[in-house]
Amino acid sequence: MDPIALEIRNLRVYYDDFLAIKDVNLSIPKNQITAIIGPSGVGKSTLLRAMNRMNELVPGCRTEGEIFFDGVNIYDPKVDPVEVRRRIGMVFQKPNPFPKSIYENVAWGLRINGFRGSRSQMDEMVEQALRAAALWDEVKDKLHQSGLSLSGGQQQRLCIARAVALQPEIILLDEPASALDPIATLKIEELMRELKKDYTLVIVTHNMQQAARVSDYTAMMMLTSQGERSGTVIEFDRTKTIFTNPRDKRTEDYVTGRFG
Amino acid sequence: MPRKLLDQELQRLKDEILVLGVMVERSVLDAVEALRNRDHKMALRILELDQKINAQRFAIEKDAIALIATQQPMARDLRLLTAILAVSAELERIGDYAKGIAQITLRMNELPSSPLIGGIPRMAQKATDMLHRALSAFVNEDTAIAQALPREDDEVDALYLLVQQQLLHLIQQNPQSAERANWLLWAAHNLERAADRVTNICERTIYAVTGEMVEMDVSWDELKEENQ
Repeated sequence: MDPIALEIRNLRVYYDDFLAIKDVNLSIPKNQITAIIGPSGVGKSTLLRAMNRMNELVPGCRTEGEIFFDGVNIYDPKVDPVEVRRRIGMVFQKPNPFPKSIYENVAWGLRINGFRGSRSQMDEMVEQALRAAALWDEVKDKLHQSGLSLSGGQQQRLCIARAVALQPEIILLDEPASALDPIATLKIEELMRELKKDYTLVIVTHNMQQAARVSDYTAMMMLTSQGERSGTVIEFDRTKTIFTNPRDKRTEDYVTGRFG
Repeated sequence: MPRKLLDQELQRLKDEILVLGVMVERSVLDAVEALRNRDHKMALRILELDQKINAQRFAIEKDAIALIATQQPMARDLRLLTAILAVSAELERIGDYAKGIAQITLRMNELPSSPLIGGIPRMAQKATDMLHRALSAFVNEDTAIAQALPREDDEVDALYLLVQQQLLHLIQQNPQSAERANWLLWAAHNLERAADRVTNICERTIYAVTGEMVEMDVSWDELKEENQ
């Protein structure tokens, strides 16, 4: 087993009275790509958003349990959620660049995090982030054009650059390629494999083949039982095992398309 | 049901494996029959049949690869498909052993005829019987039979030993028969190898069903332990 980046213990997430996620225990391996798969409505995105306290922005959402990151429970009342979200970044399904220049999209995060360096230092960090997101060569001659002028795939890589610029340790990706064509999707997957050298990645995806292609570990989520609507992680293992010889019959049924 | 097509195609490929199996069984039994009767024409027909066996194997492979590419099978389905690829290869190789025996018949044509050593047809009978049951177990995903069958390979091995001794004896009795004995020993060896490949088919059956890769060559020591 690889070293652990994030240790989730007895996690429960409620939306008002509704228990969306029940008793999740999961260790996210460091510098690996972990995929969360499962049918619609089992709480994959909710689990992902619990990992950097993004759920708190949803009215009525309440979290129980612990998530340990770098030795600290991120739900400890003394922890600043803004700091958590800086160190554990997120990329969303729909690319959402700001209506500003490509350069400013990346520089923005650095500024609000109190960056005080010179213009040339800023230039360097923007370039680094764009290179890390495999976008630099495509945009280096038009850094001051609007981020919205880019293609969907490029916009998504710009959002990854924006996340990377904050130098997080973990990057959470919620269906990052579902709005992209197959080529742009493969570029994002390639990029993820590059990024895992420096970051821990967790990806939610509806696309099982994508999970199989890109991830090292896979967490399978299902409803806890028929009739109940709470989701939980029923199996976690190396991706190779999940897709060739899963232990749980429900995982087997899901990955072979027998589910439902 | 979105996977209806995949289920249908997997079933069809299993049926095609059975067709290939019947061709290979026929080929082995006929090869030994041709050897027994020094039947030149029959031996030539086996060479033709081998071409058909190869074509059937390639057709199965092509369809299995197309299913992997288009249906993205996972877990048990993926294991079954890779097992189909492996089993079709094993069957083609058993077909090659039969072809080898047919070629021996053609080469022995110059030699004076004499009765065939009895152990050889018995080896062929036993090996094809095991093959038949192994393929049934494969398509029915029956791990109990797949577990048990490899033990019967010992019978083929024992017959092979007997044939070896008989042929050695023949050479000692009549050194003129050395060339004939040499060809027959080769034929017996092919049958012994054919039965070994039945064990490989059983291993693939267990893999397809359970995901476990096991080596099923049962050693003498293991048998001794069980008998104690």
